[in-house]
Amino acid sequence: MIGRRWYVPWLFLLPSLLVLGVFYWWPIANTGVLSMTDAHAIRGGSFTGLDNFVRLAGDPFFRNALKNSAVFTIGVVPLLVILPLLLAVLVNAKLPGMSFFRTVFFSPVVASMVVAALLWGWMLRSDGLFNWVLIRLQILNEPVGWLTDPALALISVMFVTVWKGLGYYMIIYLAGLQNVPEELHEAATVDGAGAFRRLWSITVPLLRPTMVLVATLAAISAIKVFTEVFVLTGGGPRRSSQTLVPYIYERGIVGLEMGYASAMSIVLFALVLVFTVLAGRLTRKRAQA
Amino acid sequence: MSATTRQPPKAGRPRSVASPAQRGTKARVAAGIGGRYVLLLVVLAVTVGPFAWQVSTSLKGLGENIFAFPPQLVPDEPTLRNYARVAEAIPLWRYLGNSTIVATAVTLTNCLFGAMAGYALARMRFRGRNALFAAMIATLIIPFEVIMISVFLVTRGLGLINTLAGAMLPLAISVLSIFIMRQAFLALPREVEEAARVDGAGEWQTFWRIGLPSVRGSLAVVAIFSFMFAWDDFLWPLIVLRDPQNFTLTVGLVFLENQFSADQRLVAAGTVISIIPVLALFVFLQRQFFRGVGQAAVKG
Repeated sequence: MIGRRWYVPWLFLLPSLLVLGVFYWWPIANTGVLSMTDAHAIRGGSFTGLDNFVRLAGDPFFRNALKNSAVFTIGVVPLLVILPLLLAVLVNAKLPGMSFFRTVFFSPVVASMVVAALLWGWMLRSDGLFNWVLIRLQILNEPVGWLTDPALALISVMFVTVWKGLGYYMIIYLAGLQNVPEELHEAATVDGAGAFRRLWSITVPLLRPTMVLVATLAAISAIKVFTEVFVLTGGGPRRSSQTLVPYIYERGIVGLEMGYASAMSIVLFALVLVFTVLAGRLTRKRAQA
Repeated sequence: MSATTRQPPKAGRPRSVASPAQRGTKARVAAGIGGRYVLLLVVLAVTVGPFAWQVSTSLKGLGENIFAFPPQLVPDEPTLRNYARVAEAIPLWRYLGNSTIVATAVTLTNCLFGAMAGYALARMRFRGRNALFAAMIATLIIPFEVIMISVFLVTRGLGLINTLAGAMLPLAISVLSIFIMRQAFLALPREVEEAARVDGAGEWQTFWRIGLPSVRGSLAVVAIFSFMFAWDDFLWPLIVLRDPQNFTLTVGLVFLENQFSADQRLVAAGTVISIIPVLALFVFLQRQFFRGVGQAAVKG
């Protein structure tokens, strides 16, 4: 290697380090500090130790948001692990039209979450198309307030999240499926194994690492859900669909309670960390086995 | 994902001799193919339905009942009037322009800064390199949602609230872009650059003339994903942009929905307009999209 002046690499890194420093690393440190202050609006705030966290434990709205986030994550993750896998298996055949289906199934990924929420907001109105189709198929007897009934609002948001995510995880599975040898399927078919049997005994075991990856990605993005909640229901009715990030937004950005909202952010981070560590564990165990 | 690559032993079964069992299999395979297409068409309807319904709504005239029972997918008298009306109701072209500015700037900076940083990390040996890289990877898992309050405070401190610069700067470089570019440079053979350096080219020239052109594929992946991320981003522009004149398209659409929820034709027209650019990008750059998802997933 030819000698170079010591600062040359740093000049190459300078723009990135500036942006990361100001808009990423400093805020990371500051979030930790703020979470232990009573910072509010323009006032800097003073050190209050773990007071914010004690307050959080007694905040019914926070507990509600935490519960909704848990329900949301537990509901969405299994669907986003299983449905895209089935979809990937469906489009992974050497049959005419498969690349067309693949492309169309990916299209919701390309549209923004705002667009997805607006499309479904229009579909899910009580006088909307979705109710009409379900009544037509005799699944429902009368229109349902998908977004206005407190018992259904969160479920409707989850439905939109799954709809938007299917294509993305399908592509990840398709990449994994390229490693499943065709001979195995052929041999199993000759042995009389049906499609579900082959899926369960061949595809699923070989794709397990991909499934762990998808579960992790889906869990992390589920725990930080914001846009679809904000656009579809605004967290309502009566906070029935308000999850963590919309509540952080409400207190920190709208209410300007920086300290208190930062404490919530720390809780959010802890949850993300748990999912990441869990995923690491699951992957490592498999590698050792 | 090396665990998936292990090759199981091949089944040593002669396939040329047709047995009765195999003929039964053939019938089953045919039924399977039919079933497969039926399922695919159902998913197709669920995927395309909402888009089609939105397009249909946007084309319906004021005289047509958009709540008609049964619903009409094909408008009686299709009209483009809603597209003109939505631009009168909100500054839609301005939003389109704002989104284009922000997304283009974010794309350029991620490509350029990401390539520069990735090049330094992959190609230069210097003190602190490993520590720096470790710091980047360690913070990779901290999502924006966790730090948004503090990012808001920094941006306010810099006087960038309600500016497009404020909407763009926090997205100007992502660790993921640096990471993808570093991997790309690591995979390049060193000889070419060293030859260039011996010929007297400076560091910057070597990077610009030899390095960058050799990693075009990864640059395309970074470009597509930065553009799409910035174009689709909602939470940060919602926080930082206050004046409706400065909204980007996503925030503007939600603003439109709140203001004109009684007139779904307008909302539908706005939504359709906003999908067209990314959809066009996707149709032209499909392969890079699919490749990029694989890369982003493995690293993210």
